[in-house]
Amino acid sequence: MRYIVIQRITGLLLILFSSTLLPPIIVSYGYGDGALKAFLSAFSITFIVGLILFLPVYMKKQDIRLREGFIIVTLFWTLLALVGSLPFAIAEHPHMAFTDAFFESMSGLTTTGATVLTGIDELPQSIRYYRQQLQWLGGMGIVVLAVAVMPMLGVGGMQLYRAETPGPMKDNKLTPRITETAKALWYIYLGLTVACALSYWLAGMTPFDAIGHSFSTIAIGGFSTHDQNIGYFNNVTIEMVGIVFMILAGINFALHFISWRERNLSPYFVDAEVKTYLSLLLIISVIVITVLWNEGTYQTMQETLHHGIFQAVSIGTTTGFTTSGFYWWPLFLPVLLITASFIGGCAGSTAGGMKVIRALLLYKQGRREILRLIHPDALFPIKVGGKPMEDRVISAVWGFFALYVFSYAALSLIMVSTGNDLVTAFSAVAACLNNLGPGLGGVSTDYAGLTDTGKWVLSAAMLLGRLELFTLLVLFTPAFWRG
Amino acid sequence: MKMIILGAGQVGSSVAENLVHEANDITIVDTDGERLTELQNRLDLRTIKGNASHPDILHAAGAEDADIILAVTNSDEVNMAACQVAYTLFHTPTKIARIRALSYLNHPEIFSESAIPIDAIISPEQIVTDYIEGLIKYPSALQVLDFAGGLVQLVAVKAYHGGPLVGHELRELRNHLPSIDTRVAAIYRRDRAIMPEGDTVIEVDDEVFFIAARKNIRAVMSELRKLDKPVKRIILAGGGNIGRRLARSLESKKYSVKLIDHNRQRAQSLAEELQKTVVLPGDAADEGLLTREGIEDTDIFCALTNDDEANVLSSMLAKRMGARKVLSLINRASYVDLVQSSGEIDIAVSPQQATIGSLLAHVRRGDVVAVHSLRRGAAEAIEAIAHGDSSTSRAVGRAIQDIKLPRGTTIGAIVRNNKVIITHHDTVIEADDHVILFLVDKRRISEVEKLFQVSYSFF
Repeated sequence: MRYIVIQRITGLLLILFSSTLLPPIIVSYGYGDGALKAFLSAFSITFIVGLILFLPVYMKKQDIRLREGFIIVTLFWTLLALVGSLPFAIAEHPHMAFTDAFFESMSGLTTTGATVLTGIDELPQSIRYYRQQLQWLGGMGIVVLAVAVMPMLGVGGMQLYRAETPGPMKDNKLTPRITETAKALWYIYLGLTVACALSYWLAGMTPFDAIGHSFSTIAIGGFSTHDQNIGYFNNVTIEMVGIVFMILAGINFALHFISWRERNLSPYFVDAEVKTYLSLLLIISVIVITVLWNEGTYQTMQETLHHGIFQAVSIGTTTGFTTSGFYWWPLFLPVLLITASFIGGCAGSTAGGMKVIRALLLYKQGRREILRLIHPDALFPIKVGGKPMEDRVISAVWGFFALYVFSYAALSLIMVSTGNDLVTAFSAVAACLNNLGPGLGGVSTDYAGLTDTGKWVLSAAMLLGRLELFTLLVLFTPAFWRG
Repeated sequence: MKMIILGAGQVGSSVAENLVHEANDITIVDTDGERLTELQNRLDLRTIKGNASHPDILHAAGAEDADIILAVTNSDEVNMAACQVAYTLFHTPTKIARIRALSYLNHPEIFSESAIPIDAIISPEQIVTDYIEGLIKYPSALQVLDFAGGLVQLVAVKAYHGGPLVGHELRELRNHLPSIDTRVAAIYRRDRAIMPEGDTVIEVDDEVFFIAARKNIRAVMSELRKLDKPVKRIILAGGGNIGRRLARSLESKKYSVKLIDHNRQRAQSLAEELQKTVVLPGDAADEGLLTREGIEDTDIFCALTNDDEANVLSSMLAKRMGARKVLSLINRASYVDLVQSSGEIDIAVSPQQATIGSLLAHVRRGDVVAVHSLRRGAAEAIEAIAHGDSSTSRAVGRAIQDIKLPRGTTIGAIVRNNKVIITHHDTVIEADDHVILFLVDKRRISEVEKLFQVSYSFF
């Protein structure tokens, strides 16, 4: 392990992150909301810490190796949540406790969308903006951004990229050079965000809200600038815009890239993962609408339809926007939706959960075992979209699934042991591990009621979910540090 | 005609064998000296040992004045290079090559004059695959041959008890099927050809060749025997080039296909490539495996390995274990009749027989579109295009009864502007008609060729 490399890159990344505090500073200055000092000091602290780390070793240009990549990404995400919490803690309003500020910052960066804040509408504009921006930076991954804008990372860029991007197949580069790949991803990300913001604005949001919500929609985050979340607007058009962009953001960005490069929509229709993803969302929506209508939760069919579809898509893609309290719905539905969030969006998207491709592979494996009972001698390779999958990928998916279930069980038990009731504990861990946001029971609107221990456990769950377990867990194996 | 054959493999040598009797000068090129010696001892042809695409070898083989070059070596690339060399250095007029890789075949534009000059591409595996697929579609037929792009088919059927026409005169067919036009081209009774007349009585076990439009085939067949149920469940033994293509084509047509291959690695790659087919690594003659996979419910079992004996034995076993019908691929010509007459195996397919026709179409004089070789090469069915007018051609402008057809030759059908006309004695042939003929005796081929050649005054 060469700590100098780690120190240098981490310093560099912090300096890069400090520059992302400039927009909130401008917002704060523009609105004169009194949070300017907090942002300025957060900016200076981040910048100076970055400089202190970077300057002594800035000449030591060495390539990042695989192991250092894991450390850098994990370390950086933790540091980021830490420095990201500075404005929340420093500002006079909300002036949060350290634990709360860290939780909020981590929830933003991992695009979870769980909040400990209430009275968001009364917060300074810049803080409200800053929460949205945190989600946006975390969505595509700030390390991917760094790879895009800092070509000096070179070969090491791939190691970092691999450690941060979600999905079981990480070696598929879109372009020969990793920097170009990262740039392409960010351009698409930016393009989608701009389109989303414009649509929100045209649908009736103020420019401030439109930009803020486009950040958290495309990042599949779930933060809102209002306590009542999307329900605040009470506007069907806005909900429709949200549905479309949540679905788009939950699709593999590589597909967006290919179809944009070829000026052709056909890649979407042939991709097995997207087909499964859309079918799942459709099935869940139909179930939700049917149950809501049968139970008479809403008066009119129109209400049932738009609340049903919006909530199904929002939870199914792990965004976590809410229009009405879905936790008040007949108990079956919230449980169904939380279960759906375990599958989440497609690999290579900004969505959380285990990813559709993994669920698909697990399903195909299960089906294969049944087929093997019928044809004991036959060979059944696992195929996705007609192409055989490598055994390596399939066994990795099983390993991932096992670890996911194990992490879920272990974290839930810890939550129960710290005095939470079962529904709160299990749904909170699911909502954080899947980067979803709202849970059930005690955490259905906000997480403020939890103990500090609970918040720390859940922060860890969010990071685990965002970095897809392996990147984080590898650091806890002795073999990693020995070799 | 002067002809160079590159590659003395199964295709190359069987082409040589078929054509050497027709007064063709054949030179065959291969790298395997022993095989060449064996061929030269058996057939009247010249052999050259060497790499088929090298200019000096082609020169030695007489490429300067060759009419046709037939590149059928094992390698697609050598075949292509040889055609390129022959075109550039020797201006050989007709270049035919075997190309197997689908990757090339999917881009026919690379085989043009300006790129790789190949006049005709043959793909024997594809031909055999199509042939077997035709048989699976009509499980009661012995042979199903396409003409005019599949508009017209020539079908061979064995007459059995239960066919309404069996034991009756041919002319009654018209009363049985008033709305359907068909023509019986030939009847083979105890391996002797009979020229069908209106009063010929069809007997049990006769092999009847008839020509009809594709949509009428099933109706005509049902006159000659009780029809088998349509095929649904298929087991293929052998996942070589033919088995692989067949499985791919059948699985896309809603058949339920199982494919057995004894080579585990190949089975693995087949399983990865095929979508719905159940791939079973193992021995096709393994009773346990066949039982587990429900051989008794199988509609047709096809043995497609390149080992004749294994094919025969595994299909006999499958038949014994309850497969409704068995088909066996048999390379060795002498086995084909032996196997088919024994009765244990329903259909014996000779790949050479199936393939040779597509080559013959290029060798025949006159504008011949398709040739199918029948009954071990003794008989032939031809699709030729009539050109010229009544003064320059011996066929155009004349009624069938006025054309001097050689003995044993029948004109079965005409395709005019994509419409099928089943011929009668008074049908008049027009220019650009596709004429489908059946020759009981191939030795008369030169007389038939002359019918469709335009005499020189035409030019």
